[in-house]
Amino acid sequence: MEFRSPEFKTRAVHALHDANLQKALSNTKAGFVVKRAKAAEEMPEFEALRDTAAEIKNHVLANLDHYLEKYEAAVTAAGGHVHYATDAEDARRIILGICKKANAKRITKGKSMVSEEMSLNEALIGEGYEVVETDLGEYIIQLADEPPSHIIAPAIHKTKDQVADLFAAAHNKPRKTDRAELVAEAREVLREKYFTAEVGITGGNFLVAETGSSVIVTNEGNGDLTQTLAKVHIVTSGIERVIPSLDDLSVFLRILARSATGQETESYTTFSTGPRREGDIDGPEEYHVVLLDNGRSKMLGSRFQDMLRCIRCGACMNHCPVYGSIGGHAYGWVYPGPMGSVLTPLIKGMDGTYDLPNACTLNGRCKSVCPVRIPLPDLLREIRHNQFRQDMTPKRQKQALKLWRYVAERPKLYHFAERIGVRILASMANGKGKLRSLPFDPGWTGARDLPAPTGRTFLELWQAKRGDK
Amino acid sequence: MSDTPIKPRPRVGLFATCVMNAFRPSIGFASAKLLEDAGCHVSVPAAQTCCGQPGLNSGDEDSARALAKQVIEAFEEFDYVVGPSGSCMATIRHDYPNLFADMADWRKRAEALAAKSYELLSFLTDVMGVTEVDAEYKGTITYHDSCSGLRSMGVKGQPRQLLGSVKGLTIKEMEDTDVCCGFGGTFCVKYPEISEKMADDKLANAAATGADTLLGGDLGCLLHLAGRLRRKGSPVKVYHTAEVLAGLADGPSLGEENR
Repeated sequence: MEFRSPEFKTRAVHALHDANLQKALSNTKAGFVVKRAKAAEEMPEFEALRDTAAEIKNHVLANLDHYLEKYEAAVTAAGGHVHYATDAEDARRIILGICKKANAKRITKGKSMVSEEMSLNEALIGEGYEVVETDLGEYIIQLADEPPSHIIAPAIHKTKDQVADLFAAAHNKPRKTDRAELVAEAREVLREKYFTAEVGITGGNFLVAETGSSVIVTNEGNGDLTQTLAKVHIVTSGIERVIPSLDDLSVFLRILARSATGQETESYTTFSTGPRREGDIDGPEEYHVVLLDNGRSKMLGSRFQDMLRCIRCGACMNHCPVYGSIGGHAYGWVYPGPMGSVLTPLIKGMDGTYDLPNACTLNGRCKSVCPVRIPLPDLLREIRHNQFRQDMTPKRQKQALKLWRYVAERPKLYHFAERIGVRILASMANGKGKLRSLPFDPGWTGARDLPAPTGRTFLELWQAKRGDK
Repeated sequence: MSDTPIKPRPRVGLFATCVMNAFRPSIGFASAKLLEDAGCHVSVPAAQTCCGQPGLNSGDEDSARALAKQVIEAFEEFDYVVGPSGSCMATIRHDYPNLFADMADWRKRAEALAAKSYELLSFLTDVMGVTEVDAEYKGTITYHDSCSGLRSMGVKGQPRQLLGSVKGLTIKEMEDTDVCCGFGGTFCVKYPEISEKMADDKLANAAATGADTLLGGDLGCLLHLAGRLRRKGSPVKVYHTAEVLAGLADGPSLGEENR
């Protein structure tokens, strides 16, 4: 997937002026925020489950090697294969190899953000394979030739009318505007692809070490068809997605859907354990799991380890007012919103990702809804500290901070400067109570006036009145 | 609630936030009045400047540490440190101890200060047991929950409870009152267009209540929202909650012309 995070600022401003996008984003609240709140409220043990989920993840991360080995052994025992990919290139090489061996022509795909991380579609298409995304949202953006803008609702930036246009152009059929008709049309087109694909690629929400199962949760059932009808099933997932047991899984299944969409459970929860066994009526002949590292093992044991608890529910972005203002594309890579603003600099590097952790008000709403209690604002601030230490903070800002510190460390000078400052601003306001523009304006007065000071600081008035030291 | 029994007349060091000190002295006087009415002895140490949050949030931990030391030295003699801002007080309460992870002495002092640091209104209700104020305000207000106060300091019911006792005042809750207004410290000047959109969303929710006054507990948010309202020519008045509770909301509101 193309890396466009360096263009964050211009893309964000563009997004603010995109009427269709703004219309689509305004639906997010009713769709996600209200439903999640209701689902959480209706489940008395929800908060306790969040704690348990975080504890399970912490335990796994502290013993990741053990659980990965256990998982791999179980997959192998079930007749499957586990492949470890150090980075995106390695993963593409492994998957291209499997597809070549399978003599594939057509490949169906369930939704997988890890495969976006691998830039897998580009690689497969480049090698001449036909790749068909089968998640409705992914299918829509594939037709539009766009990347996903949300990790669970990849086409959330598209309005119904835009989808109608895309379908009419791609399917050569009369343009439909009814939601149900649009869905039925996509279903019909996709149905044929499932039966004729040689390879089916899905993600893996959870990897159960105890049984060697990969688990996906979907609302459309497309993942099931993708993984059972093709000859070869490839699971793409991150190394951190392993959990110890089915009992642990039940904890995550209870919080994932509630956090993501406010559903009690998704429509389909599907377990894959190895290829088709003797007597099975369906299932793939080969079963592969490609586990991507791509910077994750570097996060282990670092100040950012908490981020590896993420179960990709999207609650943080659904509740982020910055994401809600600009949508996912502005962030410029696979993962948008708060979790993406932590992950992108850690995976893609600090170059070109400066804006991501900075374009955040640290309001903490993301942290308050994260089902595995990732302290996202703290991690974002931690990245800012790394940027500062690596001298990436813009020079002007650094100079301003230096000057501010020099003055703020000297209370007498500070209060003298503030007294001068408020007098100047008050006289500029000339009784109007506000300033429309400022000399050396750092960016305040483009869209706002500055309420003017009254001309005296609190401390000088207090000291005159009360004579404190 | 505080664990220790309240002294008959606790000594409170008033943290005069840097923005308040420059832009809105009446909030400082309102804070002092409310604290004194509640039975506190109020001092305003002259050695205070800024809590250090700008450095902390911009990645400059060293600056934040230097200013944290200054605040600790200026305020540790008091029974409580109280400020009319959830944001600054959250920095003292939650961030100061972490700034001194490797300095045992300072960490201890930071933890001691953190434990007695409070946002003004929650201090009045939760520690001093204040349930009502003697004030009057003729108008309909809507209250914006500033994020640090709400999520880091647990400020939600306290201002509403106290506002409920103000004669003549009606509270109308807005939609999404707990969603960020787009101020975010330096965020509002680094990403002014996104900040503007967030302010407009907030102000649209406030306007939908029909309230003539917008209140909040953090002056940063209020300067940002009042500035946006003034730019749009809106007549909605903006005050800090403490000004209304102390009966000091009779002067021009934020950004309003001298009357």
